[in-house]
Amino acid sequence: MSLILKDVRKAYREPDGRALPILNISEFHLPSGEQAVLVGSSGGGKTTLLNVIAGITAPDSGTVTIDGVEITRLHEVGRDRFRAQKIGFVFQTFNLLPAFTALENVLLGMSFSGKRVDRRRAEELLGKVGLSHRLHHRPPQMSVGEQQRVAVARALANKPSLLLADEPTANVDVSNQQTILNLIRTACEENNVSLLMVTHALEVANQFSRVIQLSDFNRPEAA
Amino acid sequence: MNLLTIAWKSIRQRWLASSLTALSIALGVALMVTVLVINGIVTRMFSQSATGYHMVVGAKGSAMQLVLNTIYFMDRPIENIPFKYYRQLKSKSWVKHAIPFNLGDTTEDGKYRIIGTIAEYFEVDYVPGKKLQFQQGHTLEKPFDAVIGARVARAYGWKEGQTFPIAHGGNLGDIHAEKFTVVGILAATGSPIDRGVFIDLDSFYRIDGHQTSKAEAEAAEKARALPADQQEIVMPAEKLGEQKSQPVAAQQPGFIPDEQKEVTAILVQTLTDSLAFLMQPRINKGPVAQAANPIEQIGKLLRDVVGNVRTMLVVMTSLIIIVSGVGIFVSIYNSMSDRKREIAIMRALGARRSTVFSIIIAESVLLCAVGGLAGLLIGHMLVFIAGPIVESRSDILINPWAFEWQELAIFPALLVLAVVVGVFPGLAAYRTDVAKGLSD
Repeated sequence: MSLILKDVRKAYREPDGRALPILNISEFHLPSGEQAVLVGSSGGGKTTLLNVIAGITAPDSGTVTIDGVEITRLHEVGRDRFRAQKIGFVFQTFNLLPAFTALENVLLGMSFSGKRVDRRRAEELLGKVGLSHRLHHRPPQMSVGEQQRVAVARALANKPSLLLADEPTANVDVSNQQTILNLIRTACEENNVSLLMVTHALEVANQFSRVIQLSDFNRPEAA
Repeated sequence: MNLLTIAWKSIRQRWLASSLTALSIALGVALMVTVLVINGIVTRMFSQSATGYHMVVGAKGSAMQLVLNTIYFMDRPIENIPFKYYRQLKSKSWVKHAIPFNLGDTTEDGKYRIIGTIAEYFEVDYVPGKKLQFQQGHTLEKPFDAVIGARVARAYGWKEGQTFPIAHGGNLGDIHAEKFTVVGILAATGSPIDRGVFIDLDSFYRIDGHQTSKAEAEAAEKARALPADQQEIVMPAEKLGEQKSQPVAAQQPGFIPDEQKEVTAILVQTLTDSLAFLMQPRINKGPVAQAANPIEQIGKLLRDVVGNVRTMLVVMTSLIIIVSGVGIFVSIYNSMSDRKREIAIMRALGARRSTVFSIIIAESVLLCAVGGLAGLLIGHMLVFIAGPIVESRSDILINPWAFEWQELAIFPALLVLAVVVGVFPGLAAYRTDVAKGLSD
């Protein structure tokens, strides 16, 4: 899997009608299987960039190509399908559905991909993140660290080629931060999944061989 | 994991609001089911029971009262007509069966009607193609024999050989000394016959107070006398009082001459339908009796009274269901602001807009379906519970297991309602801004 962004621009409209440029990326490349961490100031466009890469937010211009597929040219339904099949998402606030058990949260991720829902794989993934004994617990019945581990299992459920992680350790206690980080990185390595992680934590960023400062290639003021 | 499972999870998450909205649908459906079932039972009972005889002949007065009293054992008897009228009617060539009925008395506790009649009653079709069957014993054969309906047998636990007295004119303080013996128990018919206690007609006349004195009979006959030409219309072959021979029994002690007997009503089957149509107005023109067509009278009752009440109740219950549907709309729509994040998560996981729209519709459909099914059960439970009460108060037999085909129409209607009320919340889900939903 490779991720290529070219001439991607995105601006939001301010209440007074003026455009507020957020992204202006002439080129960005993440080779297949590479793990990179993205750092930058708050409000700098990190989350918007992840949303653009995931096809959740359409850029104003430019192209996003993943695995040779230019997703910015896909219709919304195609982007949804592509996202379900090829991109895993781990959020800062886990974003598990509270009414569903850990197992069901993982199965839910599978059910939107159009592929067969594989219950055994879901159980295996939860086992790998150390939650075999928590399959039928709902998020409110689990600790914060356990919830994030469920989120990691869910993100890997559809065997994605790209994992986007938006500050996955920010809401986790210190004792669990490294565990979660190791879990994500190991899972990506084992499954040859490219990883692009957003973080504010230097101690997290320092563990990556490639640390990308968003400001190094993002020039919104020039948009 | 399919859409229904996801929708069901969401319903369970908001179980209180969901239960209340489903309950409101359930109550609306239960009311409608009750209305439909009871209406169906009433309509069927009235219309089926009315089909066995071409006409009911009785004293002049309300035709509806005559039919209700004779066929359904409801309401009070009007008056009596001379027994000789029955004899003459029976002798007519166009009459296939003429069954005399004497009404007015009741069982000792006043619950069930006593009907003095003849064995022929049990031999004719009580509705076309259906004959009365005996679950025990036999027909009326000897004096003071009685045949009882299935419900009477069940209520009193009477069996063959049981003896019982009767209350004169339904007056519980005036119990006749004579006792009748149960010789036959009819199989259940689901008709008013189940509530009848049929006694031998001749024995009925032998009971003190059940025959008129000779002087009274003569006076009554004189009062009814009309010019001969008019009587010819009613009784072309014979005139009242012209009966020449009495049965051999006239020589026996206790014999009561026909002049001193009366009947409350006569159930008539004619040879053809058209003969009934032809003869009914002729009888009505005569001075003695009226002939009522039971189907016509019951049709009128069902159309003018029961039909209008049914329509009104169905409209009211439909409105209740629609209001409940609005409740579902409000419940789901209000939850949308809390669920924007959930919807955004599902969209981020790859769910399409149409998928989240369908989940909301499925939620609405599930609430309506669960409410509808619960309503169906509650409705039938209501019928089951209310059946005996309605029966005891109205004399209408309620089959607690009755099912109306119109009930099946409730579910497609609920489905349409569910889709309609689910569209707006569904569109709100469809339009959810994923990036905003995730960041909220």
